[in-house]
Amino acid sequence: MSDILTPTEEALAEAPPPTRGGGALRYVLTKIGGGLVSFALVIVLGFLLFRALPGDVVATMFRGRPATPEMIANLKHQYGLDLPLWQQFVNYVGDLLRGDLGDSYVYRVPVWQKIEERFWPTVLLVGVSTLISVALGLWMGTRSGWRRGSRFDRISTGVALALWSTPTFWLGMLLLAATTGLFPTAGIVYSDTPPDFFSQALDIAHHMVLPTITMVAVTYAQYQLVMRSSLIEEMGADYLTTARAKGLRDDEVRRKHAVPNALLPTVTLVFLHLGFVIAGAISVETVFSWPGLGRLTYDALRVGDLPLLQGTFVVLAGAVIVMNVFADLLYRVLDPRVRAA
Amino acid sequence: MIIVRSRLLALGVTLMASALVTAPVAVSASASPAPARAAEATSGQDGKVLRIGVSREVDTLNPFMSITLMGTSILRSQFEFLTTYSQGSMTPEGALAEKWETSEDKLTWTYHIRKDVKWSDGKPVTAKDAAWTFQKMLDDETARTANGSYITQWESVTATDDWTLKIKTKVPQATMDALDIPIVPEHVWSKMSDISAAPEFPMVGNGPYYITEFKEAQFTKMKANKNYWRGAPKVDEIHFVYYSNSDAAVSALQSGEVDLINPLTPTQYDALQGEPDIQLNNAQNRRFNELLINPGAATNDGTPIGNGNPALKDVKLRQAIAQAIDTKTLVDKVWSGYATEAAGYIPPMFKDFAWEPTGDQVRKFDLDAANKALDEAGYKKGQDGVRLDKQGKPLNLRLLTHAERDIDENASPFIKGWLKEIGIEVTIEPKSDNQVNEETTRGEYDLAISGWSANPDPDYVLSLQTCANRPNADGTGATPDSFLCNEEYDELYAKQLSEFDRSKRIDIVKQMQALLYDEATLVIFGYDNALEAFRKDKFEGFPQQPTGSGVIMFQQSYWGLLGATPKGEGPVPVYDGSQGTESGEDTTDAAAEESSNTGLILGIVGGVLVVVLVVGLLVARGRRKTADDRE
Repeated sequence: MSDILTPTEEALAEAPPPTRGGGALRYVLTKIGGGLVSFALVIVLGFLLFRALPGDVVATMFRGRPATPEMIANLKHQYGLDLPLWQQFVNYVGDLLRGDLGDSYVYRVPVWQKIEERFWPTVLLVGVSTLISVALGLWMGTRSGWRRGSRFDRISTGVALALWSTPTFWLGMLLLAATTGLFPTAGIVYSDTPPDFFSQALDIAHHMVLPTITMVAVTYAQYQLVMRSSLIEEMGADYLTTARAKGLRDDEVRRKHAVPNALLPTVTLVFLHLGFVIAGAISVETVFSWPGLGRLTYDALRVGDLPLLQGTFVVLAGAVIVMNVFADLLYRVLDPRVRAA
Repeated sequence: MIIVRSRLLALGVTLMASALVTAPVAVSASASPAPARAAEATSGQDGKVLRIGVSREVDTLNPFMSITLMGTSILRSQFEFLTTYSQGSMTPEGALAEKWETSEDKLTWTYHIRKDVKWSDGKPVTAKDAAWTFQKMLDDETARTANGSYITQWESVTATDDWTLKIKTKVPQATMDALDIPIVPEHVWSKMSDISAAPEFPMVGNGPYYITEFKEAQFTKMKANKNYWRGAPKVDEIHFVYYSNSDAAVSALQSGEVDLINPLTPTQYDALQGEPDIQLNNAQNRRFNELLINPGAATNDGTPIGNGNPALKDVKLRQAIAQAIDTKTLVDKVWSGYATEAAGYIPPMFKDFAWEPTGDQVRKFDLDAANKALDEAGYKKGQDGVRLDKQGKPLNLRLLTHAERDIDENASPFIKGWLKEIGIEVTIEPKSDNQVNEETTRGEYDLAISGWSANPDPDYVLSLQTCANRPNADGTGATPDSFLCNEEYDELYAKQLSEFDRSKRIDIVKQMQALLYDEATLVIFGYDNALEAFRKDKFEGFPQQPTGSGVIMFQQSYWGLLGATPKGEGPVPVYDGSQGTESGEDTTDAAAEESSNTGLILGIVGGVLVVVLVVGLLVARGRRKTADDRE
């Protein structure tokens, strides 16, 4: 989980170089340009990384089925795997520039279609649970940071830490077993739910309960801990003493002065984390058979479905890059010190 | 600060520990028969929908392209083949073709198509549909993707009239009465511009069910074909529900969310034992598991490849290794007894072709005998008890295993232990599936764990051991198994392929297995059973293949699903080869969707309540705490 925290610190550390006069536009362009360079690297890496996978993709697919060498060669030809590597790369980049990610080897449909199908379930699950865990984390973090060392602090931080360190798979299984019969065991909707909007929505909500609880439980701790520690950092600040001296109530000091300042690192974290969270939903998706992007990637990796792997890699890495750039930009808006520099 | 931190740690540890302690209790509590709450929510009283929990994914439902087990199994119920495998003996039996005959020279096959078969859209099925399907495969490389192996030696296909199909082959082909090729409706598929495209739903078919909806990674729905020529099935719909987590599928069976699941692990199977509403099926299966012993890998032109230990070229050494493997223990320990002990190459479920060693040929597990044989063959023991090969180097073999498979993980320490007893050192090398495939194909192994699923027609698994099946010079183009290259075996292989007298062919196949056994380039160590379970409070039962001892799901036909019998609708049919056996009772669509949402709403309300409670508790506690602090 350290990968979630480090980007924040990096962002903090290397936050805008103190060049004068460049102005906002230059800052924005630099960040976006950096993002584009990273994306180009992702495209190249996406190609090379998966070609380095051991094993003959086509032979693996036919494993256990009557297949003549002619059939194997035929399939290789269909996939373009009989071309030299450089030509495969040129085709891949060319297609990509036209917005074509190719066809999945296994599913036989365009990769875009596949990713789109799986994108929304993941966004739904990840979106809802991120919202809940951010809200829960910030609220608990504020509470426990403000009253550091109190029983609430000790218990809530302890619980958060314990849940954070719980293996996602295990927690999901436990919830499934403990609630047998109350909640659906798999998927996003029952196969025989009527197609009207209300029944579908209700059924999806029903299916979402356990995955969401699991996901919230294992992720909210990081928001709570960051919020807590940044609040504690602010607590010694002079402006709080001033605020108290003005006669503000404790509650107001916290809400109006301490929390807004302490929110900065947490907000950055939220955005950086959003990029990773799509990929990070894999275990929740596997436990609850949620038809999402994380599992699509995992399955593609298992069979060696190269176009699908490249596609999901580009999309997932793209999400991280976009969120990074966004966090950088947002940081400038939120923190006047960055602007002033 | 330090105190706080250590307290936090202590708290965390305590929480984790208590959770770990309560977990098994919670799990076992839930394993007790749970009322079918969830099921009531979804199915009401409707017993006519069969929900099957599966943990294998569908690749595509295009019959020309689908190659995964799940995809092809679903398509078996969607499209009728010319012939199918009988329920009892798994011998070819007429399906779309009522009868067939072959010419004197065995090169021309004539199939007589049934006249009473209709597509699910009402149009008649004729020989022209079959001819179109096969011709498409002959003409279009893409259409050969999934089933091309059957037609490589075909010369021509013609429908001489609506009910007669003639196929000419270039060489005699004994598998012509068992062509596993789905036959598609010409009036639908000839209009498709891209033969590899995803089909449209509902999909016009002529099997017992047809596909109405497919949500990849979620479910596939099929409806009963009321016009099915053998008689309509007794269930109205089949839903294949996909589970990426097989434990969740088991708990779905317990709660009644699904009616049938396959496959189960031995642990899951044992956990379900004794549940009053669940019927277990421990079925013979078609898979054999083997230990490969590299006899000196080579390409199909005989050039040596790979890096197998050259000592293994000695058949005496291979036989001693084979004798040091206790298949009984493996069956007990690796599969918890849910497997059949090793015999011949063809799994015993295929009664006709299965073979087992008799008399002198039997190689019973005997470490002393293996040791003695090695002593006699001149493998002297070195100082540390490890035998030396003929060049005086210690015998140290690598054992290549699949890193993520239980079988490999459990079996390899046993193998290592036994071989140590006979003075052979073994290093276990677990690798990813792809890597294992790659390295075995290149011959870069000494010992490796492998396995295949055999078909009712043994041709394919037999072909794996021929010289021609070794890879091309560049190490591709084949899926070699043990790298055996034996002239006598190859002659027998060719002979069985063109032998049309079944009993004579069986004799040849048995000879081949005896030869394989002696060559010991592979050691069979067992045939794992297929474990399945269904809810007997909702279903009377399902026809098994082979009858009585076989599987329900993933049959080499559609009997299990065709004959699915809901509770109280009479005995489970047996398809004994007399056509159109079971005429399904007149089923009405009345009991369709009467799903009350009570359970659903209860579930949501419950979930919300739990969350509210927990949050409320925390808030209350937090308030009290801050209030205390203020004082």
